[in-house]
Amino acid sequence: MKYKLIVCSFFLLGFSATAPGRQLLTGPFKQYHSIKQALSKSQAGDTVLVFTGTYKEGNIIIDKPIYFKGTGNPVIDGELKYEVLSVKSPNVIIEGFTIRNSGHGSLDDPGGIKVYASNNVIIQNNKIENNFFGIYIQYSKHCLIRNNFIISNATDEQLIGNGIHCWKSDSLQITSNEIQGHRDGIYFEFVTNSDIFMNHSKNNIRYGLHFMFSNNDSYVLNTFTGNGAGVAVMFTKNVKMFHNVFEQNWGDAAYGLLLKEISDSQIAGNTFISNTSGIYMEGTNRIMVTKNSFHQNGWGMRIQASCMDNIITKNNFTGNTFDITTNGSLVLNNFDGNYWDKYEGYDLNKDKKGDVPYHPISLFSVIVEMNPPAMLLYRSIIVSLLDKSEKLIPSLTPDLFRDNTPLMRAIEL
Amino acid sequence: MYRIMKYVMLDILKNKILLFYTLLLAVLSWSVFSLEDNATKGLLTLLNMVLLTVPLIAVIFSAIYVYNCGEFIELLVSQPIKRTKIYISIFTGLSISLLLAFLAGAGIPILIFSFNLSGLHLIMAGIFSTLVFTALAFLSASLTRDKAKGLGIAILTWLFFALLFDGIILFLVFQFAEYPIEKMMIGISVLSPIDLSRILVLLELDVSAMMGYTGAIFKEFFGTITGRIFTILLLLLWTIVPFLIALLRFRKKDL
Amino acid sequence: MIAFKNINKSFGRLKALHDVTLDCDSGSTLALIGPNGCGKTTLIKSLLGMVVPDSGQILFNGKSIYNEHLYRNSIGYMPQIGRYPDNMTIGQIIDMIHEIRQPQKPIDDQLYKQFDLKNMADKKMRTLSGGTTQKVSATLAFMFNPDVLILDEPTAGLDPLASEILKEKIIQEKKAGKLILITSHLLSELDEMVNGIIFMQDGKIVFKKEVELIKTETGEDRLSKAIAKILKSANHV
Repeated sequence: MKYKLIVCSFFLLGFSATAPGRQLLTGPFKQYHSIKQALSKSQAGDTVLVFTGTYKEGNIIIDKPIYFKGTGNPVIDGELKYEVLSVKSPNVIIEGFTIRNSGHGSLDDPGGIKVYASNNVIIQNNKIENNFFGIYIQYSKHCLIRNNFIISNATDEQLIGNGIHCWKSDSLQITSNEIQGHRDGIYFEFVTNSDIFMNHSKNNIRYGLHFMFSNNDSYVLNTFTGNGAGVAVMFTKNVKMFHNVFEQNWGDAAYGLLLKEISDSQIAGNTFISNTSGIYMEGTNRIMVTKNSFHQNGWGMRIQASCMDNIITKNNFTGNTFDITTNGSLVLNNFDGNYWDKYEGYDLNKDKKGDVPYHPISLFSVIVEMNPPAMLLYRSIIVSLLDKSEKLIPSLTPDLFRDNTPLMRAIEL
Repeated sequence: MYRIMKYVMLDILKNKILLFYTLLLAVLSWSVFSLEDNATKGLLTLLNMVLLTVPLIAVIFSAIYVYNCGEFIELLVSQPIKRTKIYISIFTGLSISLLLAFLAGAGIPILIFSFNLSGLHLIMAGIFSTLVFTALAFLSASLTRDKAKGLGIAILTWLFFALLFDGIILFLVFQFAEYPIEKMMIGISVLSPIDLSRILVLLELDVSAMMGYTGAIFKEFFGTITGRIFTILLLLLWTIVPFLIALLRFRKKDL
Repeated sequence: MIAFKNINKSFGRLKALHDVTLDCDSGSTLALIGPNGCGKTTLIKSLLGMVVPDSGQILFNGKSIYNEHLYRNSIGYMPQIGRYPDNMTIGQIIDMIHEIRQPQKPIDDQLYKQFDLKNMADKKMRTLSGGTTQKVSATLAFMFNPDVLILDEPTAGLDPLASEILKEKIIQEKKAGKLILITSHLLSELDEMVNGIIFMQDGKIVFKKEVELIKTETGEDRLSKAIAKILKSANHV
């Protein structure tokens, strides 16, 4: 198994066919008693195999391309003072450790594992708990972060950094990690051409995933649950957001997905369920929103007047309190061809599209937009009457804000 | 007390109007649930019924019953039994009968099609709508001997809480839009039993929207266990206080 | 047995009872008569606790009835118009009153049998004629062997046969030494039943006299004529 993994990782890292190096056994009853000792004796291509035990050795620096592997779940403890593992060499594999209790500080951002300008680093199958930053990657390319369990139990917000923090990097793969209790679950800033795949980010203090100035990335099949404010994608171009689940992001200013100043991106096949707002858009242009399911959100989508040329089509809006609201009256986006469970029209020509347009903005949603406390009156008889009369004679709601071809049946997703 | 209540219930449960009411609720509920493919939408339709029809029927039926009971109450008063016992027996008999009608007509389909917290809260809202408006009917009946007047007061009470009250709140919301009125809103909605029932269900059905913006404040108040207990206590007060006033008036009333 | 002491009662501006003082002893059968609105019904209702007097005291066996209810165990009341919940049956009404009173003495089912209510026990009150409803009321009043019977227009609405049965029963109870209060407009009927007359007018008691005394005073041997004579002479004064 171990051999297989090594071969496999060599393959992934694009190693040439050099023979595997020596094994340096580390543990209380082994050849080397401390990790630092073993590391200092190792050479490029060696395996440092660490056995069960708790290692408190301050800041450990890996500066050679080695396979750093734990067996029997060894614990490396930073005693809340040090950065636990620092990677300062390319082609390093870190696997099978519990890494915990890094120090914290706002100047040098210490992490459980921090990668300094090193390419082709693999970090996998680790448990990374109670660190300031979980995994921190900067100025690196082609790194793989896979199958780690990253959790912070800190309650003092000062002591919480991001779960996976990536800065000025390229071609990263973040796959199958579970991240809990950090500030942002995954944070990207100036990261390009990277994939975020099948992660589960939940109960983080701020965002489950946070994108800033990161172009040409994709995130697919991730689940974001119960984060303080959901997922934020800001100041970014060309992002692919496919098949993710955004759920239970509840609260004042909480969103399933917050889009701010982003353009030319695609949002497809995602599920937004039980969020205060499914998608919140601001300054967003040329986004394609299609085949998503918006279910039981307070607001399916909130579209600020600063958004234009977005196409929202073939989505299902079901069980939302309000399907869509906007703060403007200009309609610069296209909403044709969605399914709205609140649609009460008919289809006489049987083309599966309703014959009268659907107005997704209800009078009461406009009232609530102007006067949030009015929310307490929702579903009262008077409000139902107002909404019904507004549907007959639109006066306050933007008449052009409509779906001209609402679907009669939900799209199968 | 139980003795009179038992016979009052035997009488009301055979009442054609009550049977019709049960049937109406049942037909409405079953058709709503079978027409809507989505149980939540069904619940929303039924919520309107619980907030509109159930209190209306409760208040009118009870008021008529109390007035029609006049001579029967006289007969009971001539018997060796306390007046308070007579009145409480009739109230409990009447409310239990109306509750049974509601539970049989609407409760069963709700439980079948939507057995979850939302459904249970809707049933609770229906139970309190019935209780509160039965009590309000007793209060109306205690205010005047004139049956037509008493019925008028009962219906006006319903109209006020079902429609006018929320209209007034909406008006106030716009008038005081510049001020932080969330707390005031909570204070005012406590003054309407229909609003209390509605909010009870709203916090289940629209929890996502209620978590946003000022909704969070409402959720914080009504949505916590304490808030929920508080809401239920208030609804109980809305039942007990009107009935108690009616009872005190009845104790001194000349028949 | 029953003593009204200085009872006053007004409904709004209308003075229904005006300083009424009256003693009724057991063994007497008294007719309460007077024109409409003279205060008969109010007097009866205040005895039953349905109307609370503004001032004065009503003593039952020497004890005030104010805020009491147990004394009503000794009273059987037959209202002028009995109305019962529509969907209750005769049987249920009787059962209910039986359960409320929980009688210690054996019950008196003579009227129940004579009126043949048994065969109608499953009929709903809504479906009954006024006469049958009165039969139920009468049966209930006598059923529990009360010491005092209060009968408000007992024979009104009853057919002659039932009326005769009820009269027989009243005379029987009179012989048993009970206190019976009857209001009626049919003076001719009262002749054979009562031994005393209470005459009320405008909320006041005009007189209370033995029947025999009235007859000898007026020289009439029929009660109705005797009373008419008194009224005429009263009007001339």
